[in-house]
Amino acid sequence: MDRIWVVVDRAGERVAPLSLELLTKSKDLADQVEGVTWGDGAQLAAEAGSYGAALLHTVGDLGGRLPGPAVAAAMAARIEAGDAPDAVLVPHNYDGRDIAGRLSALIDRPVLTNVVGLTDADGLRTQHPVFGGSEILTARFTGDGPGIYVVRTKSFAAEDSGGAAADVDVWAVPQLGAADAVRVVDRHVEEREGPKLDEAAVVVSGGRGLGQADAYRMIEELAKLLGGAAGASRAIVDAGWVPYSHQVGQTGKTVKPTVYIAAGISGATQHMVGMKGANNIIAINKDQEAPIFSIADLGVVGDVNKVLPKLIEALRARS
Amino acid sequence: MNVVVCTKQIPDPANPGQLSPDTHTLVREGKLILDDSDAYGVELGLQLVEAAGGEVMLVSMAPHAEVSGLRTALAMGAAKAILVSDEALVGSDALSTAKVLAAAIRRTDPDLIIAATESTDGYTGTLPVQLAQLLDLPSVTFAKRLSVADGKVRADRQTESGYDEVESPLPAVVTVTAGVVEPRYPSFKGIMSAKNKPIEQLSLADLGIDPSAVGWAGARQEVVSVVSAEARTGGEIVVDDGDAHERIVAFLEQLKVI
Repeated sequence: MDRIWVVVDRAGERVAPLSLELLTKSKDLADQVEGVTWGDGAQLAAEAGSYGAALLHTVGDLGGRLPGPAVAAAMAARIEAGDAPDAVLVPHNYDGRDIAGRLSALIDRPVLTNVVGLTDADGLRTQHPVFGGSEILTARFTGDGPGIYVVRTKSFAAEDSGGAAADVDVWAVPQLGAADAVRVVDRHVEEREGPKLDEAAVVVSGGRGLGQADAYRMIEELAKLLGGAAGASRAIVDAGWVPYSHQVGQTGKTVKPTVYIAAGISGATQHMVGMKGANNIIAINKDQEAPIFSIADLGVVGDVNKVLPKLIEALRARS
Repeated sequence: MNVVVCTKQIPDPANPGQLSPDTHTLVREGKLILDDSDAYGVELGLQLVEAAGGEVMLVSMAPHAEVSGLRTALAMGAAKAILVSDEALVGSDALSTAKVLAAAIRRTDPDLIIAATESTDGYTGTLPVQLAQLLDLPSVTFAKRLSVADGKVRADRQTESGYDEVESPLPAVVTVTAGVVEPRYPSFKGIMSAKNKPIEQLSLADLGIDPSAVGWAGARQEVVSVVSAEARTGGEIVVDDGDAHERIVAFLEQLKVI
């Protein structure tokens, strides 16, 4: 395949890890990889280049706008002008999904989301986990025009191939219509101790078995003691105990840590699809029949409210 | 203010899902229920109109005129519903679905359109923003808190590192995360009155949509194959009699994480 565009998401002044994964994979798939980003392109050029991008297009300063409308409109304008790539790879995250949705409607092409694998067999084929990851579905686009692929985190390894810095150019943003009026009026960075959920080597997640919202403190404490991140099942996010950003699973984050500890989580397919890629799984649950035990390397049948305090105490004693 | 809530009726997620052997798409037979994810949008819509006046209208699409999920949302307090139903819709991808919902919403005059971030069954998660683009409306996605005042919607939008306060003029499309509000349970009175609330059923012809542009005929993506994933198997099971934490500590030591 000739040419792939990768949406290069930012993490501060660096390229977001998921975009590095997409650049690396694209370098395998296409002759020419081009990043599309916003803000100061020069800041990201060296890093994007060393992971495979020859060019880095930026739509420039957003002036307080969200990236979605501007990035999508700029890409759509190039595509309509006849400058279409074979594929557009988009990170499966908040801004990525905005970009994919807008672009899809603008160029009238559907989107394949929740992609966890990409192979080139007479055109790109995508892999998607279904039914909690027990089955893998392969799909592809038909018809003319570039495919839009929204890819989940940790689907591919990010590898620095030592390429030269990407050449940066600025893409004009056409009229955005009503979407132009949306503004970010304030940004809040939540202080976080320890690693990000989808990058942590240890993830400790809590579920309904905790019994009450307050008990989630034990999950945070255990995660901190293990230098890991705290996650949650959908059930307790839905119940309002913890924010959505902690959710692990199909509608939340995909994690692949060295150790995953599921505390009071029964193991709905919705949850398991997001964590069964962990190297080692420890599950604590009262119900011996809980599906989580079918994938746990170590399963403890017991009350999390009894096991966790002792575990925390034992780990504290060591530190 | 008038609020449209996009609502999806799905097979009960408590039952194991199935793919059709012929088409590899989800089997959607039998009774459909209101997607749990949509209950938050319905509740939020109700709270907004209870404060500011107006009403909540549901907009939904289903191939076989199913209404049981819509009745649940009507029982919560929504005033009425539009259901686009047509055999030709079977097999529609998210973009086609967005086009159909956009055509239905154009018949109304909402100040705010609320949707979940993604459905529980298909979880494509692109429809609300496609809808916003098709309707030329601003969108604020992944809102975990939301308020409306002075013709503007203000939302706390989830980000990778925290949240942004985002402001948009109305009308706008917003997507809400689970937990944004606590959905109410339908009261007995609500359930009784829901039976008489209007559900306007529209066909593709009513909306002026060419059937060949949606459903299987209009799909531009296809499933190539479905195979079983490598199964992961369970390991050691310990029943806690007061010292199971020691086994966990030993396992963590073995893995060299402590």
